[in-house]
Amino acid sequence: MLQDLRFEVVQNEFACILGPSGCGKTTTLRILLGLEHDYRGTIQLPGLAQARMAAVFQEPTLLPWRTVEQNVRLAMPEDQRNANLDALFNQLGLTKMRSFYPSELSLGLARRAAIARALAIEPDILLLDEPFVSLDEATAQQLRYLLMTVWSERPTTALMVTHNLQEAIMLSDRVIVLSDRPAHVIGTFDIRLPRQYRNEQVRADLLRSFNEKFAGIRNAP
Amino acid sequence: MGHAATDPERFEQIKQPVAALHRWNSTLMVVLSFGVLLVAWHIGATLWPSRSFPAPLNVLQTFISETASGDLPYHLAITLWRVAASFFLAMTIGSVIGVLLGNHSRADQFFNPWLILFLNVPALVIIVLAYIWFGLNEAAAIGAVAVNKIPNVVVTIREGTRALDPRYAEMAKVYRLGALDRLRHIMLPQLQPYIAAASRSGVALIWKIVLVVELLGRSNGVGFQINLFFQLFDVAAILAYTLAFVAVMLFIELVVVQPLEHTSTRWRRRAA
Repeated sequence: MLQDLRFEVVQNEFACILGPSGCGKTTTLRILLGLEHDYRGTIQLPGLAQARMAAVFQEPTLLPWRTVEQNVRLAMPEDQRNANLDALFNQLGLTKMRSFYPSELSLGLARRAAIARALAIEPDILLLDEPFVSLDEATAQQLRYLLMTVWSERPTTALMVTHNLQEAIMLSDRVIVLSDRPAHVIGTFDIRLPRQYRNEQVRADLLRSFNEKFAGIRNAP
Repeated sequence: MGHAATDPERFEQIKQPVAALHRWNSTLMVVLSFGVLLVAWHIGATLWPSRSFPAPLNVLQTFISETASGDLPYHLAITLWRVAASFFLAMTIGSVIGVLLGNHSRADQFFNPWLILFLNVPALVIIVLAYIWFGLNEAAAIGAVAVNKIPNVVVTIREGTRALDPRYAEMAKVYRLGALDRLRHIMLPQLQPYIAAASRSGVALIWKIVLVVELLGRSNGVGFQINLFFQLFDVAAILAYTLAFVAVMLFIELVVVQPLEHTSTRWRRRAA
């Protein structure tokens, strides 16, 4: 499925893996998360093998039998479970939903809870697997801004998998472009401009220069 | 998005009086149903008076005198303790084996024939063998009952383990949950319906087997008493003991099992 896949992410950088559907983006993340073992190659994670990882899966994967707050606290290391999470919940607009069960949340809110869970553990690496997929565009956009806000307050190395180029250009410092199967890296696209200056005009320019650079591949929307 | 999330609460408020009414109705129905049975029994016993078919009032008199003498509470307590002990033994051992077999398909393939064997050995055979091998003692009695129940628990819990959602296990792995947390927050909530099913059928099966165990090799307990009254041909006493025990089991079901289930499935109902 994957072949000659080689990339790196700098510390506290927000990188995106962009590629066509079914090219193995999710598999790449699963390898990094240690959930997939059938591969050859090496992964180097920052620090020791004990790098703390957090993941936002495609589905929120909250435990339906625990409240939002219990879900978040459960993911935290035991000595930090009593930490104050007011600020995090507040930023993500979840303050009122702390004692709700996941089935009482809309998908957008459940995704927020999943993001809260990932950030609550103060991870060394944050892995996001298409966290905005199957949301309506307005909700997705709102969630992207939210993610940006909470991430910039707790900067950490982040790697997001997506097939949405607009999203990648809006959020990331670097876009890693994958080919179709067997997936390998076609090239990377660095965006040095700070996120807050990326208004619509700038994003359109970035999109154009991205398309010029990767004129050969037309899989991105 | 805000109100969508508060809707369930409002819904719950409307639902509560309706649910209360419904509960009241079903209680009434149970009382009525038992009442009709009692009347039918009384009429039957009056029409065909016989020592082997006592009227409900006779049974009640026997019940009161047996209770007053302290015999009935004593034997009832002994039987209840045996039921409880073999129930917890069977549930614990059966659940552990069930989870292991559900997780390891090779082990499951290997042990499945054993399981089928134990499922089909008659309870009586296990009881007799236990008494022969381990002597006529309490441990043999309780062990024999547990062994009868364990295969059923294994089968149910094995199904439950196979149905565990791997996504939650992966989430637990990524967030490095400890073994105890995995058990408490990931595994047990998913197994809860299977454990409930195994317990329900378990209690019913176990108390019947306990009576046989008592009849064969113990000198106390409801089973022993029933055997004694059988030899004395005292049907009223047999019925008094049986009904007393059934009443206790019903009480446990209503006061312990159902409220417990009510709390442990709270998250499911609020989604309604």
